[in-house]
Amino acid sequence: MKYDIIVVGAGHAGCEAALATARMGKKTLLITINKENIADMPCNPSIGGSAKGIVVREIDALGGEMGRNADKTLLQIKMLNSSKGPAVRSLRSQADKVTYKKEMLKTLEATNNLTIKEGVVADLLVDNNKITGITTEDGETINCDACILTTGTYLKADILVGDNRTPEGPHGEKRANFLSDNLEKLGFKILRLKTGTPPRIERSSIDFSELSREDGDDEELTFSFDNTLYYDYKNQEPCYLTYTNERTHKIIMDNLDKSAMYGGFYEKLGTGPRYCPSIEDKVVRFKDKERHQLFLEPESMYYDDIYLQGFSTSMPHDVQEDMVHSLKGLEHAKILKYAYAIEYDAIDPLQLKPSLETKVIENLFTAGQINGTSGYEEAAGQGVIAGINASLKLDNKDPLILSRSDAYIGVLIDDLVTKGTIEPYRLLTSRAEFRLLLRSDNADLRLSEKAYNVGLLSEERHNKLLNKLKQMEELEEEIKTITFPQYKCNLSEYLKRPEVKITDYVDKLSKTYDKEVLEQVEINHKYEGYIAKAKKEAEKMIKLGKKQIPDDIDYSKVDNLATEARQKLEKVRPRTIDQATRISGVNPSDIAILMVYLKRFYNE
Amino acid sequence: MNDTIVAISTALGEGAISIIRVSGEDAINIVNPLFKGKNLKKVKSHTINYGHIVYKGEIIDEVLLSIMKAPKTYTREDVIEINTHGSIAVVNKIMEILLLSGCRLAEPGEFTKRAFLNGRIDLTESEGVMDLINSETELTRKMAINQLSGKVSKLITDLRDKIVALISNIEVNIDYPEYEDIEVVTINRIKEEVVEMKSKLLEILKISADGKILKDGIKTVILGKPNVGKSSLLNSLLEEEKAIVTDVKGTTRDIVEGSIIIGGVKLNLIDTAGVRDSNDVVEKIGIEKSISLIDEAELVLLVLDSSEELSEEDKFLLDKTKDKKRIVIMNKTDLDGNNAYDKEVIRISAKENIGIEEVKEKIKELFNVGTFLSKNLMFFTNARQIALLKSAIESLEEVERGVNDEREIDMIEIDLKLVWERLGDIIGANYTEELVDNLFSRFCLGK
Repeated sequence: MKYDIIVVGAGHAGCEAALATARMGKKTLLITINKENIADMPCNPSIGGSAKGIVVREIDALGGEMGRNADKTLLQIKMLNSSKGPAVRSLRSQADKVTYKKEMLKTLEATNNLTIKEGVVADLLVDNNKITGITTEDGETINCDACILTTGTYLKADILVGDNRTPEGPHGEKRANFLSDNLEKLGFKILRLKTGTPPRIERSSIDFSELSREDGDDEELTFSFDNTLYYDYKNQEPCYLTYTNERTHKIIMDNLDKSAMYGGFYEKLGTGPRYCPSIEDKVVRFKDKERHQLFLEPESMYYDDIYLQGFSTSMPHDVQEDMVHSLKGLEHAKILKYAYAIEYDAIDPLQLKPSLETKVIENLFTAGQINGTSGYEEAAGQGVIAGINASLKLDNKDPLILSRSDAYIGVLIDDLVTKGTIEPYRLLTSRAEFRLLLRSDNADLRLSEKAYNVGLLSEERHNKLLNKLKQMEELEEEIKTITFPQYKCNLSEYLKRPEVKITDYVDKLSKTYDKEVLEQVEINHKYEGYIAKAKKEAEKMIKLGKKQIPDDIDYSKVDNLATEARQKLEKVRPRTIDQATRISGVNPSDIAILMVYLKRFYNE
Repeated sequence: MNDTIVAISTALGEGAISIIRVSGEDAINIVNPLFKGKNLKKVKSHTINYGHIVYKGEIIDEVLLSIMKAPKTYTREDVIEINTHGSIAVVNKIMEILLLSGCRLAEPGEFTKRAFLNGRIDLTESEGVMDLINSETELTRKMAINQLSGKVSKLITDLRDKIVALISNIEVNIDYPEYEDIEVVTINRIKEEVVEMKSKLLEILKISADGKILKDGIKTVILGKPNVGKSSLLNSLLEEEKAIVTDVKGTTRDIVEGSIIIGGVKLNLIDTAGVRDSNDVVEKIGIEKSISLIDEAELVLLVLDSSEELSEEDKFLLDKTKDKKRIVIMNKTDLDGNNAYDKEVIRISAKENIGIEEVKEKIKELFNVGTFLSKNLMFFTNARQIALLKSAIESLEEVERGVNDEREIDMIEIDLKLVWERLGDIIGANYTEELVDNLFSRFCLGK
């Protein structure tokens, strides 16, 4: 059997990658350990969140599936930071874990050029440093021209609970035993990472009466620019809020030696993420904090689990019982699934190009947690890009590389391939220096044309984009003609004032513009000064980004580089001077020397 | 970068010794054949070697030669320092020989530039070194040392710490809007902090402006009508301090004609011709020129005649200089007093050497010299740093504007970040990672 592209793993990265390659006309095989677990959400039942919600919008703008699939399965949705500026607004939803998987599988099965197969990949077939196929643990060989690894947390995964270490993937799934060792043999540096998940509680055993309720927004919201509504915004599922207390903290401190993380059971433990600490970690690190906030989130309408966000732990089961029962409203709670930590192998993302092709093996791409990231959205974003670039590579076309001023996905990938990571990487708005340009509302304007040009975005969606642009242009012209003699200005200028809203003047307009068009024009005027500033800063970066560093540069020949800088440059092999400036350990003086060298030897 | 460079490191003159410094990968190859003593290729690094400089069979001088091999040297290249006797003739001869043997004459500051490019020192430090090399007075030397020891960096770091605390709090509010027990940054808190930061930065800027003037020398003009005693004033200022008068043409737009150092402060005298000749400035070069001189000056010494009534010229000059840093000096107090000028004035007799000390004290007072000398003040002395400081203050003003317009916090934060970045540019700090690290060390977050 031979495919154009094989995608290994059908989590959020794998689904997006396979859909992208198949939609771009490549004969694609998607291999998963268990078909039942396609697009599974093994951790929180939520899509979006600060920064992540914008990534979902970007995935949708690029022609990906996550936004649409979340829209189909919403339990609750809200706009975070709606009282703040437009740059930091971001959608967060509770999605139904059961229907999310089902809808995604439906979409995959309905897609042309796409075959799904169950199996565990054991090794890669490589010829002349180029991928030619894979073998499974059952000994089957399948050939391909390109391969995308999206193995998530399954590479040599271990589940840690108390002093128990079990070699398996999330919720008792089979793990991939051989692939990471074989990747190491092929020349990849393997990282050991760790993450955790909190306990699940039976809904009917929780006393919600004294807990505060968190509802979705009272308006229609969608992730996808399709704007199709699949939910009733008047009828959303609530979340609830509770807190740890002194007693919880005492239980934790008294049992610290029993925690997988703190007990010192294992010599070498994977590195866990700072932004996703276990409750032990929080109590130890922030001793003076009297309480920690916990969210109770529904997982699905089809079963009874409530996800206890903020309470991830690797304590033994009996201690978990005590900890949970010390919480208000959970005094009689029944734990359906205990919390656990999971440790898994990943590759060093410094071995990747910005296209997500590996530097080690040609036509081999990687996306998602295997690259050291964390989060469904981060994974899906990389999946789309890996899918697009694998397809472009087979067509001998230049890769699609999003810059830091194009998209959060660009920030994510640039951080990964430039700085590497030592902990599971999560996107944050603070990682994006041009976030005023990278808004939730303008993801389509930023990315959809690019996606159309590479052949992923549908004709229908492209027309939608063109129509939006046309309307924006018309509205821009029209508001210049609406004048306010008392303020000696027209609406175009008047809109700059913080308190003025365009929606208050729609009756003065000659026609009805789309809500999104009004919003876009208002933002462009209201934040003109700030946007201009951000663009100016971005241009500085873009200018340095145009200074290419040749692929064949020999850093040992660049005299006077500091030793550390030379090693780092050799390791990362940045594409541009701009990227080089972001490598830690490379100082301004090294950049100056490098630029002088390029000028001299490449007449740059 | 690969040339081997040479320069005379000590001031050229009749000192006891002079040092010639050679740096570059061929330093040893070039000097070794000229040195009669141990074989320099075989001696240990960081040793001092006795011998002679010999050229074409002729002994040029008896020298001590320090050899320092890369990388533990000032430039991180091989460095040789030749300690010769201080004669100008000898030093010039050795320089000539070295240039003929393959060295290139170093550009001003090139050793420091190499130290910087080779990564031995950072930007603020290298600027400090340049200032140290160029410092002529005790005061500027102190400024340079301050900079070198990283005191300036410390000051900026402290300020940036304050901003980063604020920014990361705002960022946490954005990234974790649902965490209700994390303090929410309010517009009022920003307002308070901004006011405090701005006053601090403005103070640094003000001190820096004085500091820069002191470092570069105070552009000074001595004004007064004919025969009022301008040159005697200059002479008594000079005499007492055994000051040096040097020609520094070309340093500041050809206007400065001489510099004197008084009590550790350098005065760059503008148009001393008039003073030296004791001719009347106003008359000689015309009203127009003296107005432009006044504009240019950072300090005006305006000399009046105690024995005469205020003339029209005096009144004109008093009026023109009323907004400048100036010292009005009433000369000739040894004669009968007829001058009715009753504003603040220092009474001197240049002839009798009375009151000169007061003039000097007044100069120091006007430029806060006492504070500069006694305290370890934090300020910047070079144009790049001052420009960045100004741009930081501008961004801070944008923050204020945002606060007053009641913009959203995350918009205001854009300018706050610019302040932080500009301050970071001054000390060459890295940006995003620093912020993210800060975020997680300060706040307790996560699922």
